[in-house]
Amino acid sequence: MGQRITIDPVTRIEGHAKITIHLDDAGQVADARFHVVEFRGFEKFCEGRPFWEMPGITARVCGICPVSHLLASAKTGDAILAVKIPPPAEKLRRLMNLAQIIQSHALSFFHLSGPDLFLGMDYDPKKRNIFGLIEADPDLARKGIRLRQFGQQVIALLGKQKIHPAWSVPGGVRDPLSDEGRSWIRDRLPESKATVIEALGRLKAVLDQFTEEQLSFGAFPSLFMGLVTPEGGWEHYDGHLRFTDSEGRVVADRLHERDYRSFIGEAVQPDSYLKSPYYRPLGSPDGMYRVGPLARLNICTHMGTPRADQELWEFRDRFTRTVTGSFHYHYARLIEILCCVEKIESMIDDPDLRSTHLRAEAGVNNLEGVGVSEAPRGTLFHHYVVDENGLIRSVNLIIATGQNNLAMNRSMKQIAQHFIKDTKAIPEGILNRLEAGIRAFDPCLSCSTHALGQMPLRVQFVGPDGTVYDEIKRD
Amino acid sequence: MGRLKFATVWLGGCSGCHMSFLDLDEFLFDLAARADVVYSPVGSDIKEYPEGVDVCLIEGAVNNDENLEAAKTVRDRTRLVVSFGDCAVSGNVTALRNTIPDGARMVASRSYLEQADLNPMIPQAEGIVPTLLPLALPVHAVIPVDVYIPGCPPPADRIKAVVQQILEHGTAHLEGRQLKMG
Ligand code: SF4
Repeated sequence: MGQRITIDPVTRIEGHAKITIHLDDAGQVADARFHVVEFRGFEKFCEGRPFWEMPGITARVCGICPVSHLLASAKTGDAILAVKIPPPAEKLRRLMNLAQIIQSHALSFFHLSGPDLFLGMDYDPKKRNIFGLIEADPDLARKGIRLRQFGQQVIALLGKQKIHPAWSVPGGVRDPLSDEGRSWIRDRLPESKATVIEALGRLKAVLDQFTEEQLSFGAFPSLFMGLVTPEGGWEHYDGHLRFTDSEGRVVADRLHERDYRSFIGEAVQPDSYLKSPYYRPLGSPDGMYRVGPLARLNICTHMGTPRADQELWEFRDRFTRTVTGSFHYHYARLIEILCCVEKIESMIDDPDLRSTHLRAEAGVNNLEGVGVSEAPRGTLFHHYVVDENGLIRSVNLIIATGQNNLAMNRSMKQIAQHFIKDTKAIPEGILNRLEAGIRAFDPCLSCSTHALGQMPLRVQFVGPDGTVYDEIKRD
Repeated sequence: MGRLKFATVWLGGCSGCHMSFLDLDEFLFDLAARADVVYSPVGSDIKEYPEGVDVCLIEGAVNNDENLEAAKTVRDRTRLVVSFGDCAVSGNVTALRNTIPDGARMVASRSYLEQADLNPMIPQAEGIVPTLLPLALPVHAVIPVDVYIPGCPPPADRIKAVVQQILEHGTAHLEGRQLKMG
C-alpha cells in the first residue's frame, strides 16, 4: 500500500464524484479509481406508493435526463397494465426522447466537455468552463446553447415544462403536439442541423491534438450493450437488447428487458455508491460492458437516417468497425444528435402527432413489470413489483451510468499510468485529463446512485499507514 | 455594483435545478458579462469554494456529512445564500426517506445488500464515501438562508428574475406565483 492522490470534486460532470490515484511503494501509479459519493435511496422510499406516481417521482432521480426515467417508468407501467399503447402515443414518446438525447448530448459536448476540446486540457482552470468558452469562442458557445435549448423546448412543447414534465404515463401520454409547437420545431430544425454538422467538423479538426487522449481514455476491449431495431439498426425507445464484443461479434441478441436479471448482475464496490453491473454469463470483471452513444453505434448496423449514416460510415472508416476508445464517445454523441435531428425532421409532419387518442386505459393486470429506454447515457431499466392495488412492493433501477462503472474505473488507471510520469509533481492539466476521461463517458451521477457531495480538489499523499505526508490544493 | 462573484453548489438533489439554471440559455451571456462565476459544478473547475462570494445558489437537501460541511463553508464565505429549488427549500424528494424509520440504514441496505449479486455491502470507504445523515434536511435547517427560490425545478424565468434583482439591487425577493412549489 503506497500513497493516495485525490481529485475532489470532479467538476463539469453531472453529479458528485472523486478520483483517487494510488501509488505503489516505488511511487509509481498502481491504480486509479472513480468514486461516486451521492446516494438518496429511491429504491426504498418508493415502496407503498401507487405505480401511477412512479414516472413523476423517478423523473426526480435525475434533472438531466428526467425524460428517460419518465419513459422507462411509463413503459414499466404499460407492462403492469398489460397494454400496448396507441401508436400516436408511441410516436410522441419517441419525439420527446429524441429531443432529450439532443439536449443532453449538447450539454455534454458544448457546456461540459467543450472547454477541454476547444480551449484545451491545460487551459487556465479559472476559465476552462462554459463561461470561458463564451468569452473565447462566443459563436460556438451560442450555437451549442441554442442546440440544447432546441431539445429542451421540444420537451416543454409536449410536456409543458423543460425539466420533470408530468406527461408520459402508464398507458400512453397526456397531450399531443400543438400546431404552434409543430411550427416552432419545424422552424428551428435547420439551425439545429447546421449546428451539429458544424460541431462534427470542429471536432474532426481537433482530433489530431488529442492523440494521447485517444490512446489512453478507456482504449481497451469490452462488451457493448444497447437496444437495436428488429433489423439491427440504431434504436432509442424500444426494440431488443444486444451485446457485442470489440471485434463486432454479436455475443447475445434478441434479449428482452423482462429477463434482465439473467444477463445483468450487479456488484457493489466498497468505495463508491455507484454499483457496477456486469454481463452475468462472464461474471465480474470479465463481463465489463459499455453503454451509451459509443456502444449504440458499435452494436448497430446503421443509423437509419441519410446524413447520420454517412457520418457513421466515415467514423468506422477513420477508426475501426467497433470503436473501442472512450474518447470517441464525443464523436459518437454528435452523430447521434444528427440522427435525432433527422428523425425529428422525418416525423414532424406526421398527422398522428396531433391525435387525441393517446392513452390505453386498464387496471393492474400484471404484478410485475420491467421497462427499458435508451437514456442519452445508455440503457435504463425500471423494474417494479406491485400488489393487486398497484401499490409498489419493490423497485429496482439499473441506470445507464452504472453500467459504465467498470470501464470508467479501468480508464482512470489507463489515463493515470499513461500521463503521470513524476508522481511528485503532477501538473494540473494532467489531473484534468483524468476528469476529462470521466467526462467522455458523460456520467450522470444523480441518476446512477439516485442522489449528490462536493468539496475542493485536494491532492493528498497518504503513506501506507494512512498518514498524510503532503497535500496539494488545486483552486 | 461591480462584478458580482457568483457561485452555485449542489447538495442532495437531482441536478435538475442546475439544469434549469442552464436553461437561462443566452442569458448566460449577460450573466458572464456582469458576474464572475467563481464556483459551480457545471460552470467552473475551481475545486475549493472561494472566500468573499457575493451570492450562492444551493441546490438540494443536506443529505450526508459532506453536504453539511459544504453548506457551512458556503455560509461562512458568502454574503447572500439562496435556497435553490424545492429540495433545498423543503427537503422534497431527497427527504422522502425521512418517513422510513431508520431511513438512512434502510435505503442503503435495500440498494446495496438486497439488490446486489456480488459483494453486497454498504459502501463506506473512509475519507471517500460520505455517510448519510439520519434525516435529509432543508438547507435553512443547518445554516441561515437569505433568499428562497421554490420549484422542482424553479423554471428558468424565475431564476432569471432572481439573478436580475441581485445584479441590480444586491438582493432578491419573490412574490405571488413566483413562490409556487412543485
Ligand atoms: S428541487 Fe426538484 S429539480 Fe431541484 S434538485 Fe430537487 S428534485 Fe431535482
